[in-house]
Amino acid sequence: MNINLSHFSAAVVFALFTSIVFGITQRNSTKEQVQYGLYCFAMFVGGVFVAGWVMALIRR
Amino acid sequence: MAKPIIDKSKLVATEPEYPLTTMAVVAPIVAWLIPGGGHILLRRYGRGILLLISVVAMFLIGLGMQGRIYQPNGGDILDILGFIGDVGSGALYFLARIMDWGNVMAANAAADYGKTFLIVAGLLNFIAAADAHHIALGKKP
Repeated sequence: MNINLSHFSAAVVFALFTSIVFGITQRNSTKEQVQYGLYCFAMFVGGVFVAGWVMALIRR
Repeated sequence: MAKPIIDKSKLVATEPEYPLTTMAVVAPIVAWLIPGGGHILLRRYGRGILLLISVVAMFLIGLGMQGRIYQPNGGDILDILGFIGDVGSGALYFLARIMDWGNVMAANAAADYGKTFLIVAGLLNFIAAADAHHIALGKKP
């Protein structure tokens, strides 16, 4: 089995599964769990974009 | 008017007590060995299945990206930390060791990511096991 993921897709997959676990374990009610999971996912993916732009600007 | 004197030594936070039950010991152990197993044992089926899918998927993706499985060799401190992360996956880690999966050296960026996926899968499973412990104690619904 060999999986080839790009940097971005690897980061999104990582964010997805990590956010699911964070949501379930860090909040009590189902609604709070979904909200916190979505918040974590947005923060992870947003962080990827911010880090990408920072690196792109440093490279210039 | 004089202020009332409050003896601060008698101000003790009244935190509810959570007695340690058998399930509070068994659930985290099961949760560590089988990702999501602790939650399923405690009849939180939806959460358990989602945890199972998340941890197993991260572990398999890590292996698929040619990530390295650390061994308890006790040498370099980073190797020891990597082993602690990997062993968090419980039965998956032992299965990988038995089947000799992940016995590769990271040679590219993807393999490095794979190694990270494997470690994080284990660490997330540790969090899930702690969560199962809290549910069994009654601290969490």
